[in-house]
Amino acid sequence: MNPAAAGAKVVTLKQQPAPVEAHATLRGVTRIFQLPKSTLHALGPIDLDLAKGEFFSVVGPSGCGKSTLLDILAGLSAPQAGTAHFEGKPVNGVPDGVGVVFQEDASFPWLNVRDNVAFGLRRAGVDPAEIQRRVDYAIGFMGLKDFAASFPAQLSGGMRQRVCIARTLVMQPRLILLDEPFGALDQQTRLLMGDELLRLWRETSATVLLITHALDEAAMLSDRVGVMSTRPGTFIDFVETGWERDRDSRVVSTPHFGDITARLWEKLRVEALKIMSAGKS
Amino acid sequence: MSEKWLRLIVVATMILLVELLCRVGVIPRMVMLAPSQMVVELAEILRTGQFSADIRTTFTNIAISTALSIVLGFVAGLIIYSLPALRHALEPLLASYYAVPTFVFYPIFITLFGVGSASIIAIAVLLAVVSMITATLNGLDRIPRVLRKTAQIYRMSRAKTALLVELPATLPYLFTGVKLSVAYSFIGVIASEFILSGAGIGYAIAYAYNLFENGHMYALILLVLVTVTIVNTILNMIDRRLQARRQR
Ligand SMILES: Nc1ncnc2c1ncn2[C@@H]1O[C@H](COP(=O)(O)OP(=O)(O)OP(=O)(O)O)[C@@H](O)[C@H]1O
Ligand SMILES: [Mg+2]
Repeated sequence: MNPAAAGAKVVTLKQQPAPVEAHATLRGVTRIFQLPKSTLHALGPIDLDLAKGEFFSVVGPSGCGKSTLLDILAGLSAPQAGTAHFEGKPVNGVPDGVGVVFQEDASFPWLNVRDNVAFGLRRAGVDPAEIQRRVDYAIGFMGLKDFAASFPAQLSGGMRQRVCIARTLVMQPRLILLDEPFGALDQQTRLLMGDELLRLWRETSATVLLITHALDEAAMLSDRVGVMSTRPGTFIDFVETGWERDRDSRVVSTPHFGDITARLWEKLRVEALKIMSAGKS
Repeated sequence: MSEKWLRLIVVATMILLVELLCRVGVIPRMVMLAPSQMVVELAEILRTGQFSADIRTTFTNIAISTALSIVLGFVAGLIIYSLPALRHALEPLLASYYAVPTFVFYPIFITLFGVGSASIIAIAVLLAVVSMITATLNGLDRIPRVLRKTAQIYRMSRAKTALLVELPATLPYLFTGVKLSVAYSFIGVIASEFILSGAGIGYAIAYAYNLFENGHMYALILLVLVTVTIVNTILNMIDRRLQARRQR
């Protein structure tokens, strides 16, 4: 495709950020792990406001506490200090309306793809006809139609991750947390899955928090990208991308995309270097 | 597949060799029957029903011992798993358990339960149960944390999580314990019958041995071998299916 045309057509900077209502917030959130002989300050203090319907990405060096942040937002673990809120209520246990795609493969090996995807809906007591409809849609959406009867052990790592995405989507969460969901995919598939994720986000008006190590992914998909420092992770920069809502992977060929990626890398490079030099000494 | 055929050829060759050595008299009839003769003898005792009571006793005891070992081992495993301090204390004992020749305790069991099935089952359970405890602990240890997190995200109760996530996740490991429990129950029951019983296949073999009744003795030995082979084949088939799912 023609980069100039794509650039002209797809990219328009928002004039002004619209006034938004906070969907999820973190205030002074700090997580400290108790190790057998010491403590490990993994995260924070973190302040974060996710606007309703926002697509927010987190980039940061390995081990800086990204997954820990996700756990706290999802109510899977409690912070030692600070508070998390979702839809105005303090997070205490997993709130209703939150969906998570974990960094690790979380498919159930004893269930086939269809049953994996339907699992959560069955637990929630959704009507069988409705389950059938949603599961069919999600399986098709994720390109798993031919594998509905396969077991996870028969699928590639990338396909298993798609099963996990599908089973999160069918629950129609209002806040979707994704922890490096495309890590096991090749670059082309990653871009295309990114497009699908954008399409889904537009259709559902869900709030999305995406953790990724790929700067291009963050730059292309997000309304806003948070850059984290080395452990203990805190946000050192927030980059507004200014993409319009109706965007897709073609933005990667625009100069603005290059600018965003460059700014992300500039901040992250410093943090990455810290880890490198710490490793050497 | 070729591996399977090779194994079959090796076993068949050995049987044929023994058959040949028996037929030409290199192995005297007093020492060992020709394999074909063993089959004939087995068919004969099954037809006459001479040992039916012994056979029934033994297999009933093995079934009871297996069932008890699985249930007790699983429950004990759950309890030990949920009490880390207890587990820490028990772990070295469990690890070295099979270094103890359990059979030395047979006088104790006779004193407690008398001569008969109760003592035999007790000794077999004692032998088998620890393999089930170990398998249960191993399975529980290996439940990936992310599966429990997934259950939390679905806002499942503790009981539902145990039943629908933790149990299926541990099943392939539990089945290893089941297989071992079956094997140890066979060993425990039949071996105990030699030393502390007046009934059962083990007793009948010892009895036939003492009376130089080679026909009966080898028929019963063959019966045990055939049964063990069939049971193991079935268990291994189930095991392979479970393991195939486990692979990631
Ligand atoms: N349950 C735990 N117990 C002890 N330490 C933990 C635990 N979970 C995470 N940590 C530590 O906390 C730090 C942050 O971990 P976390 O998984 O959040 O990093 P991350 O940014 O997601 O890393 P990656 O990019 O490699 O996924 C790491 O140093 C990790 O070792
Ligand atoms: Mg992580």
